[in-house]
Amino acid sequence: MTPGDGFISIRNVAKSYGAFRAIESISMEIGKGEFFSLLGASGCGKTTLLRMLAGFEDVSGGEIWIDGQEMSAVPPFRRPVNMVFQNYAIFPHMNVAENVGYGLRKLNLPKTQRREMVEEMLDLVRLAGYGGRKANELSGGQRQRVALARALILKPKVLLLDEPLGALDRQLREQMQVELRRLQRSIGITFVFVTHDQEEALTLSDRIAVMDGGAVLQVGSPADLYERPASRKVAGFIGTMNFLRARVAERANGRAHLDVEALGRLAVPAEATTLAAGSPAWIAIRPERFALSDAPPADGSYAVEASLELTTYLGERCRHVVRLAGHETRIAVSAPNARRHQPASLDLEKPVWLTWSEDAVIVLEEDRT
Amino acid sequence: MSPTLLFLLVGVAVPFLALLLISFWTRDGFGFDTTLTFANYERIWTEPIFGALLSRSLWISGVVTVATVLLCYPMAYYVAFHVHRHKMLWIILMTLPFWTSYLLRIFAWKVILGYEGVINASLLSLGWIAAPLEFLLYSPTAVIITLAHAWAAFAILPLYVSLEKIDRSLLEAAADLGDGPARRFFRITLPLSMPGVLSAFFLIFIPTTGDYITPALLGGPDGAMIGNLIQLQFGAVNNWPMGAALSIVLTLWIAAIGLVFLALSRILAQRAA
Repeated sequence: MTPGDGFISIRNVAKSYGAFRAIESISMEIGKGEFFSLLGASGCGKTTLLRMLAGFEDVSGGEIWIDGQEMSAVPPFRRPVNMVFQNYAIFPHMNVAENVGYGLRKLNLPKTQRREMVEEMLDLVRLAGYGGRKANELSGGQRQRVALARALILKPKVLLLDEPLGALDRQLREQMQVELRRLQRSIGITFVFVTHDQEEALTLSDRIAVMDGGAVLQVGSPADLYERPASRKVAGFIGTMNFLRARVAERANGRAHLDVEALGRLAVPAEATTLAAGSPAWIAIRPERFALSDAPPADGSYAVEASLELTTYLGERCRHVVRLAGHETRIAVSAPNARRHQPASLDLEKPVWLTWSEDAVIVLEEDRT
Repeated sequence: MSPTLLFLLVGVAVPFLALLLISFWTRDGFGFDTTLTFANYERIWTEPIFGALLSRSLWISGVVTVATVLLCYPMAYYVAFHVHRHKMLWIILMTLPFWTSYLLRIFAWKVILGYEGVINASLLSLGWIAAPLEFLLYSPTAVIITLAHAWAAFAILPLYVSLEKIDRSLLEAAADLGDGPARRFFRITLPLSMPGVLSAFFLIFIPTTGDYITPALLGGPDGAMIGNLIQLQFGAVNNWPMGAALSIVLTLWIAAIGLVFLALSRILAQRAA
């Protein structure tokens, strides 16, 4: 998406509190109907950015455009966005129906129509019949749905969600993830979703912006971020990753040759890295890209000898920690349990052989700090 | 028996029942005729002086209560929402005048409101009035002003506590759902601060209705309240049964008005939603 053509266009937006710069010049484009996540650890600026979209915080620099309109002079109560708050902010002095219908008051609709819209909304979030309940009679999941219904009833152009699933227990959270996705698909509203949970972001999002220290590290689809991380930080933040220190030795014949810690010389296609010969680098390989066997490959192809240090049985897969022969370097390997009793075939006492395909290797620049 | 119950029994129930019993007696010379009779209540019902003083008392303390809550709400609101540091210091400073004696404050108001007092002297020297304003002192006005000031602390504290407790994200949610500042106040802040408003109402209305020191010192002939009459019955007039009956009637009136106010605020809160 090129700058300026997004449904939401964030252009060089910065935020500082006094001398503290919470957000340093962020630019990104969010498409119409997209499920877009802001992912990062606490303090990375994701919530601040969301609150600037809602209008609760002024921007210190830059512009936010939503559907072709610049937002800096628009107060929160006139913006075409609605928000689901982290603590849900259910009005305690009103029942569920009054909460859900809160925003309809100013629209001057006839009472019967308002009631119908509230009923419809409660149906959508599967709370039909709960209209008369008091806010304090609701469970966490139900409060979350009330907050959703209350925000969606106004048919906003954008729905902002501030860690809406953080307070729920695991099972309920997974169930709500499915419902959120279903809801977003069925109504087609743009969702901007803030979370610190990478698994949640991967499950839900069309695209994710990974944030750190008030800056955006990378924007991309879940698969992009997982398979083609742009930096060591992103690679480490999304999923599990093995990192090995390396140096580009030479580029020749359409190949880049790297000297890798504990593995020795490794060749990758030249387009895997733009680094010049002599540059320090990291290579990164996902645990599930390794294959582990109890004997060297019969065809004599490349394999690394290692010893098994730890095996954790996880049902669908096994997680191994292996130590490369003659080195202190440890590698995490994740192997699917494609056949029954497969883990038994690997022995902690005997050496194992580690293989991987060439395209499993990701070459990353040294992080600038 | 729990300590609370014991305290209520000894401190509230027993004295109240004693008062109730005495109110059915009559005066007999310097003693009491302990035959039970409604004579005192009949006198209160038939002789206009009692009704007049009672309704004036309820009116004055009603005005005092409303004025105090209206004046203190903005102060409490300001500290709760717009002061971010040293909030407690602000509250303490606001209640500072109440650290001085009640009598001292009454005399201070005398100096301010008097015939040659601060207000009259200033207005005269400015040439805004030709003669001193006489309604300022020894009048219901003086009683209302003094009482409203005297009881301000009892309004500020409960109002502040209830406003401070309001979750700020509720106001953000209301703004997010399209409400401007005024609507947010009437739909969220005011209903959620109603407990504070109610406490302030009761904390001021109940004691001021029976107050007799301020009307005695500042009220003049038109500013006397039912408390003055009750005090007379237990003092100079030496008619304890009559005083007791008046106290019971006053208590019933306050309870009735309190209940009406409670019901009214409930209905209003429902409307706002």
